[in-house]
Amino acid sequence: MAEARRKRGRPDGWLIAVVAVYVVTVIALPLGALFAGAAEDLGATLANLRRPEALGALGRTIALASAALVINVVFGVAAALVLVRDRFFGRRLVGWIIEMPLAMSPVMIGVAFFVLYGRTGWLQPVIEPLGIDVVFAFPGMLLVTVFVTLPFVARETQLLLQELGSSEEEAAATLGANRWQTFWLITLPNILPGIASGAALVVARARGEFGAVLVIGGAVSGRTDTATTFVYHAVEERQSAAAHGISIVLVALSLAALATFAIIQGRSRR
Amino acid sequence: MSIRLCNVSKSFGPVRVVDNISLEVEKGELLALLGPSGGGKSTVLRIIAGLEIPDSGEVWLDGERADTLDAQQRRVGFVFQHYALFRHMTVAQNIGFGLQVRGVEQLERHKRALELLELVGLHGLGDRYPSQLSGGQRQRVALARALAPEPRLLLLDEPFGAVDSKVREELRVWMRALHDRIGATTLLVTHDREEAFAVADRVVIIHDGKVEQIGAPVDVLDEPATEFVAGFMGEVNHYEANRVDGELRAGPLAFPVAAPDPDRPARVVVRSYDIKLWVNDPGIATVARVTTLGDRVRVEATLDGGLPLFAHFPRRSSLLRGVAPGARIAVEITHARAWPLP
Repeated sequence: MAEARRKRGRPDGWLIAVVAVYVVTVIALPLGALFAGAAEDLGATLANLRRPEALGALGRTIALASAALVINVVFGVAAALVLVRDRFFGRRLVGWIIEMPLAMSPVMIGVAFFVLYGRTGWLQPVIEPLGIDVVFAFPGMLLVTVFVTLPFVARETQLLLQELGSSEEEAAATLGANRWQTFWLITLPNILPGIASGAALVVARARGEFGAVLVIGGAVSGRTDTATTFVYHAVEERQSAAAHGISIVLVALSLAALATFAIIQGRSRR
Repeated sequence: MSIRLCNVSKSFGPVRVVDNISLEVEKGELLALLGPSGGGKSTVLRIIAGLEIPDSGEVWLDGERADTLDAQQRRVGFVFQHYALFRHMTVAQNIGFGLQVRGVEQLERHKRALELLELVGLHGLGDRYPSQLSGGQRQRVALARALAPEPRLLLLDEPFGAVDSKVREELRVWMRALHDRIGATTLLVTHDREEAFAVADRVVIIHDGKVEQIGAPVDVLDEPATEFVAGFMGEVNHYEANRVDGELRAGPLAFPVAAPDPDRPARVVVRSYDIKLWVNDPGIATVARVTTLGDRVRVEATLDGGLPLFAHFPRRSSLLRGVAPGARIAVEITHARAWPLP
């Protein structure tokens, strides 16, 4: 017993070194290079960030991520509740379909939406009279973003719901709570950590999405450019200052989002 | 509140968990549903609470048809086997929940929670979270929470199943005293015979989804209606007996009970404490094993002809003098019950 404890307590120098090298080369070095590049010519970086095209692209990315977040939290929680608590024909199938975006290449998803909503697309007769532009416009970009981020909240919440079981909800019902009260007062607080970690993944994925929004949006500067496509163009045109600025803002936003959701998770875990 | 179940049945898939059960419980009574695990007792309780919808049959609460009411509308207090306390709420918030959803003010709720904590003997623990309590304390919180909205009926599903045996005995005594004080009709599900006998006015023996017998503990003990009940009421020997010279016999044993059907063999049940044995030569059996189980001693023997027998005696019983493995003994059955062979 004592020996086992000593063994477990002794730091494994070799393994620690491997992990350290891994973290430094894969994460720290590239991030460092990014910050160093931005700092090199700080004036140019900031000036580039203030350009309307840059601000527009950033704004679009933030709008896409926020909208996808709201939609997928609402839908994901509803889907998880239905998939875990209700028994119906085809439940398994729905579960698989929800997970499918994880296995699909984003470019392919963009193409799929193009087939549906493009000028000769299947749904063109429906959307044209309504006067909505989907392809090369914000609605199309939102659709693909929602699509690629769809499984995260549903999945995380589903796992938690399964683990929780339904006895607390039953207890609430016998105590006189109606379905809404049970959901808001019992279920929601219990699944909040799952929603938070799903939300963190949604935000990260939505903000980083490139292929799908490029295909459906076309990355038209000032109209459908997002932060990632903006960086791509900037790099292509050798405008490193512009690329650096937006990249740094993206990293900062990621960290802020991660921290927020980590706090939510920490709070609800007792 | 009085309860009446009429021909209630419920299946889960191909398994009929509750099979045509009818039952009446009077107002203020404490009734135990007793039987082996998986026999359908908990499902009966859940049907009464509205957590499970019966496939057929009727549920009446206080003379009112209740099948169509949701759990939420039945005003029934339910204590779950694993407590099901709200883990993100404090003890006081847990207890106040039933009042909160009815729109009772925060201050009033808190006052009531403190009263109930006092009642269940957990004074001062209102600000704790469930994870900071022991099993016995959680059980009491679950009970206080169920009592807070003043339910007409209290349903307890294996309430002492998850606490250790010493605490269980204390809770039992306390539970009965509490029932006598507040007087709410109470149904308790348990697989523990002693527990049912210790607290209940009447017990309902449920097996394979059916009611085997309903009665006061002593009646069920002394007048078991079926072989199953006789077997469930304690450790027993089962024999298949034939009528020989007007007596029911199995091997060298004679049973002091009339044959249920003179022309057919019978199933005989003999309790481990309805047997006398003493060292005797030639005797009719050989002692195989003697085991001391705390305050009693278990004697296992093989009857001539090969049938087994076991009996329990108080630790220092004079009958046990010389009873050791290999000893020859005489055996007398002092009490037995017989049923026709199915």
